[in-house]
Amino acid sequence: MANFSTNEFKSGLKVMLDGEPCSILENEFVKPGKGQAFNRVKLRNLRSGRVWDRTFKSGDSLEGADVLDVELEYSYTDGEFFYFMDPVSYDQHAASADAVGDTQKWLREQEKYEVTLYNGAPITVSPPNFIELEITETDPGLKGDTAQGGSKPATLTTGAVVRVPLFISQGESIRIDTRTGEYVSRASKN
Amino acid sequence: MEVETPLLCRTGVSDPALENFVVPCGQEQRFLQTSPEYAMKRLLAAGSGDIFQICKAFRQEEQGVRHNPEYTLLEWYRQGIDHYQLAREVAELVAAVLARPGWQVWSWQTLFQEVMGAGAHCASRDDLEELALSQLGEIPRGLDLDGLHDLLMSHCVEPAISDWGIVFIVDYPASQAALARQILDETGEPKGARFECYVDGIELANGYWECGDAAELRARFATDNRLRKARGQSLRVADEYLLEALAAGLPSCSGVALGVDRLLALKAGVRDLDAVLSFAWSRS
Repeated sequence: MANFSTNEFKSGLKVMLDGEPCSILENEFVKPGKGQAFNRVKLRNLRSGRVWDRTFKSGDSLEGADVLDVELEYSYTDGEFFYFMDPVSYDQHAASADAVGDTQKWLREQEKYEVTLYNGAPITVSPPNFIELEITETDPGLKGDTAQGGSKPATLTTGAVVRVPLFISQGESIRIDTRTGEYVSRASKN
Repeated sequence: MEVETPLLCRTGVSDPALENFVVPCGQEQRFLQTSPEYAMKRLLAAGSGDIFQICKAFRQEEQGVRHNPEYTLLEWYRQGIDHYQLAREVAELVAAVLARPGWQVWSWQTLFQEVMGAGAHCASRDDLEELALSQLGEIPRGLDLDGLHDLLMSHCVEPAISDWGIVFIVDYPASQAALARQILDETGEPKGARFECYVDGIELANGYWECGDAAELRARFATDNRLRKARGQSLRVADEYLLEALAAGLPSCSGVALGVDRLLALKAGVRDLDAVLSFAWSRS
């Protein structure tokens, strides 16, 4: 991979630091009047999600990370790995439970996910902002309830539990905001 | 007297911490000036008397919230005064423009100890690296003593004085004199007769009681070039026009360069230089 100098550091650039693939979040140039300039850099470790603060001498460089963001379709899980498919090449990628992380709650077959590949293997899987999933279990709704009338827990096909209005019933599909984990509306009919 | 000097000159600056933009001009290459000081000192040597100018200056690779590679300097020179007196003049100007009530003056040594602890100003390189590690965690390795001073200045001292208003730091370690003359402090220790003006922890101006000794400056340029070579930077030819002028005699004078964009940002109460530039680097 190419090396990148501090003056090429910009938000989103993927580099290797301490053997870990990182994404640069912020790069601040500091210089005490005359003398040595520094770059204060915030990086996200793409594997752990942790944010690191590091100071570099201006002009120092880091090796680029072989990191690629791709859109893949979720296919299935064999209990150990989660399989995603490239809809164009039909290439299959096996992601570990670690890589899928919390996104496991929002996995639906044939849905597209943003998968970050490091040296060709998935390290993170991000869900779309909104996803539609079916309710497998919830208490029956009561007559006369309105959207303002309170909420109840509902279990989805993925096992995730979200709060839904009382008028929503078992077997219905609902739209969820994956960033907050909140119910948005009934799923669009199709 | 207001003057105007060339921005595109035959020679660049030797300071290893500065990089000129190099511009191909036919068979030769020329250097966009990082400050107008060489040309202005030539005018002083030619008998101009006190002079000032507001001009653009260019520094490659200096880009950030408070740096734009193309920026505006106010630079002026006063004959017959030292850097303490010039610092006072800068203080009066800055206090008036920003409507601030007053200012503080600290020697580099006192301020460094105030923030970093007693004895920090004369700590060895290894001790200082230890101190930097304990204060900052991860730090870049292989910094020399001046580099560690710069690291602690920018990462510890500047944040520490960010609510002190207008602060002048005077009398730098001799190795950080740049183009200032060397003076002896009360203990006989050599110092650079240089000052920096900070407002709210932001560096605003740098001034010197000018070194007019051509041989001394030639030696400093050579030292700079040795450092540049060691760091893999391209070497810079000494500005013979400047050295000739100094050899002919520079009147005793002090000079200062003040970042106009930063002054405007402080006046406007904005952090980002973008806010006071018509089109910042990324959009120019």
